[in-house]
Amino acid sequence: MSILVNRDTRVICQGITGKVGEFHTRGCLDYGTRMVGGVTPGKGGETVAGLPVFNTVAEARDATGANATMIFVPPAFAADAILEAVGAGIELVVAITEGIPVMDMARVLPVVQDSASRLIGPNCPGVITPAECKIGIMPGYIHTPGHVGVMSRSGTLTYEAVWQLTNLGHGQSTCVGLGGDPLVGSSFIDILELFQADPDTHAILMMGEIGGSAEEEAAEFVKHHVTKPVAAFIAGRTAPPGKRMGHAGAIISGGKGTAEAKLAALADAGIEIAESPADMGAALVRAIARRA
Amino acid sequence: MKIHEFQAKDLLRAAGVPVLTGHVARTPAEAAAAFTALGTPVCAVKAQIHAGGRGKGQVQGSTQRGVELAKSAADASRIAEGLLGKTLVTIQTGPEGQVVRQVFVESGCAIDRELYCAVLVDRRVGSPVLIASTAGGMDIEEVAAKTPELILSEPFDPDRGLAGWQARLLAAKLGLPTAAWRHAETFFRKLCQAFVDLDASLLEVNPLVLTKDGTLVALDAKMTFDDNALFRHKDIQALRDEAEEEPAEIRAAAAGLSYVKLDGTIGCLVNGAGLAMSTMDLVKLHGGEPANFLDVGGGADVKQVTEAFRIILSDTNVKAILVNIFGGIMRCTTIATALIEASKTVGFTVPLVVRLEGTEVEQGKKILAESGTAIITADGLTDAAKKVVAAAASHA
Repeated sequence: MSILVNRDTRVICQGITGKVGEFHTRGCLDYGTRMVGGVTPGKGGETVAGLPVFNTVAEARDATGANATMIFVPPAFAADAILEAVGAGIELVVAITEGIPVMDMARVLPVVQDSASRLIGPNCPGVITPAECKIGIMPGYIHTPGHVGVMSRSGTLTYEAVWQLTNLGHGQSTCVGLGGDPLVGSSFIDILELFQADPDTHAILMMGEIGGSAEEEAAEFVKHHVTKPVAAFIAGRTAPPGKRMGHAGAIISGGKGTAEAKLAALADAGIEIAESPADMGAALVRAIARRA
Repeated sequence: MKIHEFQAKDLLRAAGVPVLTGHVARTPAEAAAAFTALGTPVCAVKAQIHAGGRGKGQVQGSTQRGVELAKSAADASRIAEGLLGKTLVTIQTGPEGQVVRQVFVESGCAIDRELYCAVLVDRRVGSPVLIASTAGGMDIEEVAAKTPELILSEPFDPDRGLAGWQARLLAAKLGLPTAAWRHAETFFRKLCQAFVDLDASLLEVNPLVLTKDGTLVALDAKMTFDDNALFRHKDIQALRDEAEEEPAEIRAAAAGLSYVKLDGTIGCLVNGAGLAMSTMDLVKLHGGEPANFLDVGGGADVKQVTEAFRIILSDTNVKAILVNIFGGIMRCTTIATALIEASKTVGFTVPLVVRLEGTEVEQGKKILAESGTAIITADGLTDAAKKVVAAAASHA
């Protein structure tokens, strides 16, 4: 078991004929993901990485039985690509694209909420269930199958955490990159619910960052609904207020979204805190030990 | 991207949101002429900088405030004289302040009441939201912290806009006289429309004024825009005032890099915003001070990464550089090649600590080893942080 994706997930890539789309489609194929096709409007009939290219998601779904999509469409057209996937009834939509206008996402989210689809991202590394299915851009070799659920707002920070876990001998059930944008399809809480319900996930590691209040809300949820050990790290403790640190989401304004407030909320919920980014894997080990 | 108050007001006026008439002045004489042209008994002379808190802010070495009222052309000239070319320090500029290059001379109005309103994207709701409060002119963040019940908010769909009833509900809750409700409805709806149409990330009107004749006017306007949406707003791009921005940050933006200058001595080059922030945290944890935040992003090529090294090296405070790469989209070979390129074309004048992991890590390490470039290699985060802090200390 795992969450969101497994060896039976059938994946298409929207934007497969682009350089980045093709590169990562090959990466996913190499990892063993069941990639079944791709979509680029106007390029139907071509073949990329040995996979058939379709003009529309609906065609691709009908021809391949795809139930998940990985989106690499350029930012100006990515919102439309998400809507197309949702419209075609694709169950899992993973949007990797970075730089989608916030207002576009404000238009997309209500449509996703009213559908049966789940959106992960945008501006995220993707989702991976080690040794079964990788949808996204994360380096596969750092992962190992196991029982720790990992979720994060940041891509490379997730790699760092996963690498530490793997080196400590803790494999992962599923790793989910939520995305660094202000508006994303799935929150910590959405994924916490899935990890809590997944018998194969025994502990949870989350990486948050300054800005917004998603971590505080997650802490509140953990307090009342999560029985599994949880460890967390918050990036940006030393970031000055008012400066945007790369992610559109990562900005402290008016004393809101500070690392201190988040850490206090997490600690209050009984979550083990990683004091430094080098301590993330060890914090998870401590969280498990505390329950033993 | 930020713009000036006068530019925001031009945009609001065009969108049908009531603002007062005003003129930009770059010399005291222009300020005096603006006063005369406006023909009202009182004008406000307002420093134009990309930071808030101007009313309470003060010019370095004088008692001049960032916003003052003028009752004559001579007054306007004197105030402009006190501001132009001077450094204004406000709660938002930090102690170093910001140089005032232009002032906005705006006609006065008869104020009955000062309110607050803003439009922004609420992540929890997942949509834009109009926020209003009776506590106008005050520090709204303090109001929100101490008396959250005074903050009203109405979320709205970008395509449907703010509904008439939502605007009237706010008008009623704000205690506006019923005679002003129709006007408030127009004001709020057009403000929300402008926010959506212009792809703003913040549109703040503080204070929003109820005039003695029962109309609403945006007395101040602060606008920032979603950088990701600027591609479809050439007119807004043209409003960029580079004099207000950090030169290295402009350079980085042009190269597609995300860079924020800080005050420390350890330059950081990292891929990914979260890892970049964490790297800064780690440097600080080990007793160092980061000189910058720099995220080279996922898709950067050798040219962009080389430019990143140039930008870091152009900061004379930098005593050592930490390169921390966990390759995903970014390949370690790209970083290694760029590093060698930078060492040839720019030359590293300070010690360089490199930690590579992820996609093509072995090839990347090999490229570095074979190049003979003088670098300190590190395994893992803690090792990297310790080594760079030590290197900076010995180089200083």
